[in-house]
Formats: sequence, C-alpha cells, structure tokens
Amino acid sequence: MTDKNVAVSVKNLSKSFGNVKANKNVNMEIYKGEILALLGENGSGKTTLMNMLSGLYYPDSGQIFIDGKEASIQSPRDAYTYGIGMVHQHFKLVDVLTAAENITLGEEGKLNIKKATAKIKEICDKYGFEVDPQKKIFNMSVSEKQTVEIVKVLYRGADILILDEPTAVLTPQETEKLFVVLKNMKADGKAVIIITHKLNEVEEISDRVAVLRAGEYIGDMITAETNAQEMTNMMVGHQVTLNIERPEPKEPKPRIIVEGLTVKDIDGITKLEDVSFIARSGEILGIAGISGCGQKELLESIAGLQHVESGSVKYVNDDGSVEELIGMNPQDIAEKGVALSFVPEDRLGMGLVGNMDIADNMMLRSFRNNGSLFTDKKTPHDLAETIVDKLEVSTPSIETPVRQLSGGNVQKVLVGREISNAPSVLMTAYAVRGLDINSSYTIYDLINEQKKKGTAVIFVGEDLDVLLQISDRILVLCDGQVSGIVEGKKADKNTIGLMMTRLEGGMTNE
Amino acid sequence: MFDFLITFIPRAVGQGIPLLFGSTGEIVTEKSGNLNLGIPGVMYVGGICGVIGAFAYEQSGNVNGFLAICIPLLCSLIGSLLMGLLYCFLTVTLRANQNVTGLAMTTFGVGIGNFFGGSLIKLSGADVPSIALTKTSAYFSRSLPFAAKMGWFGKVFLSYGFLAYLAVIIAILASYILKRTRPGLHLRAVGESPATADAAGINVIKYKYVATCLGCMIAGLGGLYYVMDYASGVWSNDAFGDRGWLAIALVIFTIWRPNVSIFSSILFGGLYILYMYLPTGMEHMEVKELYKMIPYVVTLIVLVVTSMRNKRENQPPLSLGLPYFREER
Repeated sequence: MTDKNVAVSVKNLSKSFGNVKANKNVNMEIYKGEILALLGENGSGKTTLMNMLSGLYYPDSGQIFIDGKEASIQSPRDAYTYGIGMVHQHFKLVDVLTAAENITLGEEGKLNIKKATAKIKEICDKYGFEVDPQKKIFNMSVSEKQTVEIVKVLYRGADILILDEPTAVLTPQETEKLFVVLKNMKADGKAVIIITHKLNEVEEISDRVAVLRAGEYIGDMITAETNAQEMTNMMVGHQVTLNIERPEPKEPKPRIIVEGLTVKDIDGITKLEDVSFIARSGEILGIAGISGCGQKELLESIAGLQHVESGSVKYVNDDGSVEELIGMNPQDIAEKGVALSFVPEDRLGMGLVGNMDIADNMMLRSFRNNGSLFTDKKTPHDLAETIVDKLEVSTPSIETPVRQLSGGNVQKVLVGREISNAPSVLMTAYAVRGLDINSSYTIYDLINEQKKKGTAVIFVGEDLDVLLQISDRILVLCDGQVSGIVEGKKADKNTIGLMMTRLEGGMTNE
Repeated sequence: MFDFLITFIPRAVGQGIPLLFGSTGEIVTEKSGNLNLGIPGVMYVGGICGVIGAFAYEQSGNVNGFLAICIPLLCSLIGSLLMGLLYCFLTVTLRANQNVTGLAMTTFGVGIGNFFGGSLIKLSGADVPSIALTKTSAYFSRSLPFAAKMGWFGKVFLSYGFLAYLAVIIAILASYILKRTRPGLHLRAVGESPATADAAGINVIKYKYVATCLGCMIAGLGGLYYVMDYASGVWSNDAFGDRGWLAIALVIFTIWRPNVSIFSSILFGGLYILYMYLPTGMEHMEVKELYKMIPYVVTLIVLVVTSMRNKRENQPPLSLGLPYFREER
C-alpha cells in the first residue's frame, strides 16, 4: 500500500445549506488507480461532498488538495482544469443536441465536430465504449446516455472520475459493461469514485470503501477485508439486520385477475400488449423490467388512472363475487368497496402534495368520508401522529410540509397512509428508489406485514436482488409484454436480466 | 395581378421588417431560456429613443447624413439595451418571475413611449397630435440609388432603407451563429438545460445577460425602423400598435429559427395590411374590420398547429421561463 499516489485530499471540508450542515469537517484521501466506493445513508452528504469537488458547490470552509497542491474549485470549469469530472445522478445532457455536441459542450475555440468525433472514437476504442456521436440524446436509452456522460468527462481530460449512483437505472448486463469500463480506467491510472446504495456492487467493483454519516466522515475500509453487514453498520451507526423475510403465503386466493390488457399512450404507441396475470391474496407479486417498459401503465390501469385499449381487470371479493375495474375511476373503485392502495413512483407528484403538511396529506384520502360541509381535521391529524410515531418518521412536526422531508421520510408517510385503511390490494412502484439501506428495510418490513395480513401485493422494483428476495412470484415485463412469470425462490438474476431484455429469453412457469 | 404584387410586396415588406427585428430579437433571447414578454415595450422604447435623438439633432440646425443616422440609431440601441439590462437584472440576478416582469416591462415601455412622445409633440408645438422628423427620416428611408432604374425588380427588392437590409442580415447571421458556432451551441445549451451548461463550464449568467440584451437591442431597431423609415419620421402615440405581440407570435410560427422568420414576417406583414386591398364596397365597410383580424386568427391557428406537432426539435427551449440557481436543492 506504500506505492499509492494521492490524487485528491480533502481537509476539514464543511458546507451548510441554511441550518442544515451537509458536510462537517470531512477529511479524506482518494488515490490514483483505485476505485473508491462512497457509502452513506440518504442525506449523509455524499453528493454534496462530490459536488464540492466538481465545482457545483463552494465549501464554507476547508481545503482541497489536488496532486498535493491546494486547489480552489469555484466552478465546474475550474474542476475540469484540475482534471475532475463528475457523472451526475440526474444526467446533465441537452436532449436536443447530438452526443458529439454534448460531449464538446463548454470547450473553447472554434466548433469542429469532425475533429471532436475523431477524438470521441479514440476514447471509445481505448476504454470499450459504444457511442454514436451523431445520435440525438432524446433518442437514446438510459445506458447510452450514461455512456455519453462518461465519455464527456473523459473527453475533457478528467483523471479523477466521480459517478453518482451510476447503476440505479441500468440492467444487470449494462452494469457489467459499465464495470468493465471502470476497471479499464482504473488500470489506466485514473482515480474513480462511485456513489451507490447497492452493497453487492460495492463488493464487486471497489478497492476501498469510505463511509459518511450525517455529514461526517466515519472512516474507510479495504473492500476485500470487509462485508456488507459491517459496511451497513458503519453507515447506520448501529446494528441492522439485512435479511428480507419471505413468509409462506397463507391460503392464497386470486384477488386481481388481469386478462389481455392493452394500453396505448397519447401518441398511439403501445405501452402494454396483451398482459395477463393473477395477483393472489397473501402473496407478493414482483414486477421486473427495464424502467419505462409498461410498469407505470400496468399499475395505473388497475388503479383506474389509465385509459385502457382492451382487456379486463377483475377484482375478486372475499365471497367470490367479481368486479370489473376497467372503466371506473379511483373514486368509483373506492365506492364499490374495493380497498385498493397505490404507492406511485412519483411520490410528490401523484402520491402527496409537497406544500401541504403531513396531516393534510392524510386528509387527501379521507376528506370525502364525512358528509358534512366542513372537513374533519381531527382524524387525519391523529392518523398522522400514529404514522410519525410508528414508522419513526423524522420530522420537526406534523405541520411540516412534506416537501421538506427527506426522500425516505416522504416515502414512509406515503406508505403509512396507503396501508392505514387496511387495503386488500397494495401496489407499490419503486418503493425504495433513492432510499438508503435503513429506510429501505423499514419499507420491506411494512410490505411484508401487509402480506401477512392477506393483502395482495404488487411490487414493482428495479433492484433484482431485492425482487428475488421479497417476491413469491416475479412477472417480467419486456417492452410492454409479459416475458414470463417465475417463482421467486427458483429464479436467478441472470435469467431475469435476460428476460427483461428479450422476449424469447423467457420461460413461463405457469 | 402582377401590378398588384409590385405595389403589395413592398408594402408587406415594410410592415414585415419591424416584426422581423422583433422576432429575431426574441428568438435570440428565448434561446437563452428567457421568455421576454417585454419585447413590445422594448420596441416602443427603441422607437421613442430614436425619435428623441433625431428630434434633438434636428433642433440643432444643420443636418448631416452620417450623424442623422448615427445619433438616432445609437439612442435607440442604448434605450433598448437599458430595457434589456433591467429585464436581466430582475429575472436573472434577482430571479423574479419572467412573465410578470415581461408584462410589466411592456406596460412600462409603452408608457415611456407615449409620455416622451406626448412631451415632444407639445415641445414642437404642432397642431396635429404627431411629430414629424422628415429631415432625418429622409436618410433612413433612402433607397439604393439605382433602384428606380431597375423596373419591377428594383421596386420589389431594392427600394428599402438600409435598416430593412440590416434586419435580413441580422436574421441570417443569428441563424448561422445559433446553428454553426460554439457560442451558438453554448447558448442553446443554456436555454435547454442551464444546469448541464453550468456543469460543462459555461457561464450561464453571462450568456443569459448577453443574449437577452442583444435580443432587446435587435428588437428595439424594429421600433426605430417603424418610426424613421416606415412612418417617414412621424411619431404619434400608440401608432406602433400591437406589432410587438405579433413578433412574439412569430417566434412560435418560425419554430425558433430567425432565417425562417425573414419570409414569415413578410407574410405576416402582408396579412396585416391585406384588409386595405380586399374589395369590400362602400356599403359593407364593417367587413374590413373583420379582415383586420386575419393576422391574429392566423396566429391562433398557428399556435394550435404548433402545439399539436410533437417533433422534439421543434419544441421551445426546455428551460424557457425558468430561473436558474446553481446551489438550488
């Protein structure tokens, strides 16, 4: 370990936003030819720290040393001169421009796309990328966009590469490809910092792990000498169990029967084609698929929010009678006595109203319940208190607008409200997206609790490891079609990954 | 028919040039992500500042061709630059709402125009409610010397003052810069996604300021052209009318392309005066008023059609109307 060259070293770095201390006296070192995984819960200040390196934020106090010399990084342009490049979690690309135009953005001198294209080709060959420089960004898939982001950073001559949750949107196969590229860069002597919540990836790719907790630097470990449990404990600060339980379903009965569901969007593009499946009570049906291949439409069709081209969605009551849900809006469905709960992907857009407080958000579901002209404020208020109490929502008060809560807490409030009315069907879309390990496991527990109560759970997820652990059965969608339904216990990640990308790869167990 | 076109086209062009200045200016502004609804006000200010300059110069006695053009031109540019700086300071630096700021500036600009216009009319002591600056105006509307000798060709293509040709040159230049040069690429990036541009090391604030101020100066020339050339140096209050709004509508009509705007603004100019050429007869004068609606009806239809069109390239800049703050969380 003595031959390590320090690329960046950070001394006593602090940054506050208003009263919130995002980073407190952070000291850390990043070496050349090394992949460093930066771990931490939501709001632990990982992104803030990296944004200070990449020039988006300016530190309140502290110093940054690049190659041993003190550096003052006041803008992204400065960061580039110091050889620091960052691939942001939300891609920073201009949709209407081509890959080449995006990559050369911010360069000085005369615009020469031909020369730029040649240089891009050179970089691609060196590290094993595939990029079409003339393709416009809005025509690209997520993984193509990410490749453009990385090429952009390399094109600007970055020696220190920061990736903020790069795998969140990739399929397992695409992740593999990315890791190969990262290893090539490491071999080339570049320093790579990767922020991720997925511990198995940390173990696979990184040489060293650094942990932040509540804005403070906790310490680092050599990846080979540690394990997921130890990393999590360090991140959270106390002992956490990392097992997702999967209780056996108790007398599963069909609850939702979907037959031949076909949905088209406004432009007439088919989003779902002939989708059929059965969701049973007391069972978790996982739904896997590359993002945007029909999951949203599927859940919204069942919830009565989506115009359906053809097909049927039947709800089976406990006594065996059947309701057709297609053609009803959410209010009709609720009036029929169908207790349907929906935790949408877009928490603050569809799930909750950001500017309203927790109690008022509870009211959104119940305000029709009392017949008088005035709303009942007491019941929602009590419910809000129960949820904050039981789910350990960290909030200054019940009167705090939910917008100001962190992602994990927002999700707890939403899930808490949705399960409060004892649903018989619970649908969740990306329930743990952007949540840290600790909050994620709270959510998994809540979902499992519902399952034990006999609720039919439809769980749309993106992390295949979690899907495999929690689901009794997994339905794999590919481009709006069912590519197969597999048993959760018997399935493995690779098969599902393949089924997600092509229909023929699938096998049906039903 | 041919004779009709030869008289109609030059008039349509005369009407179209202020719109061309206005729309080119607004396109350049919008490409930086600033939706400047203050353009009608800016055009008023550009006009009245030119008039003030010309008035002061004519008062001084001798009229020399070079100064007669330079003084009003400079005054107009400075006036609209100040408007642009005001708009940028409010929306870019203070991050005020762009729509409210723009509308306020239009009200403000029209007010300034009418206030100073009224004052000048009082000063000149004219008995009609307008002020005529014929001496300076003559230099503005002077056409190419050989235009008269070239028959219909001269009439259609060569019979305009220098500002008209400047408008076309500016539009072509703006198109070229936006499409082919690095500043243009950067400007488009700023308007589409300021966060991306910022992360790429582009000075977003600078681009927004420069593009908006240049846009205002270009638009202001539209006001100047209208008074000094089209109206032969006659300023009367509110005469410029709602051409500023038509210029903004043109931006959508041309899907943010200044070169397309050259033809579209002449088309709109033609529609604007079409009512004078459509036969109505004496007993049905009210129909004429209906004809005056044509440009606005066309604008409405265009708005409907463009919003139905969903090609990604033809959409407005993505961050149009939104303020940008780097450290926003």
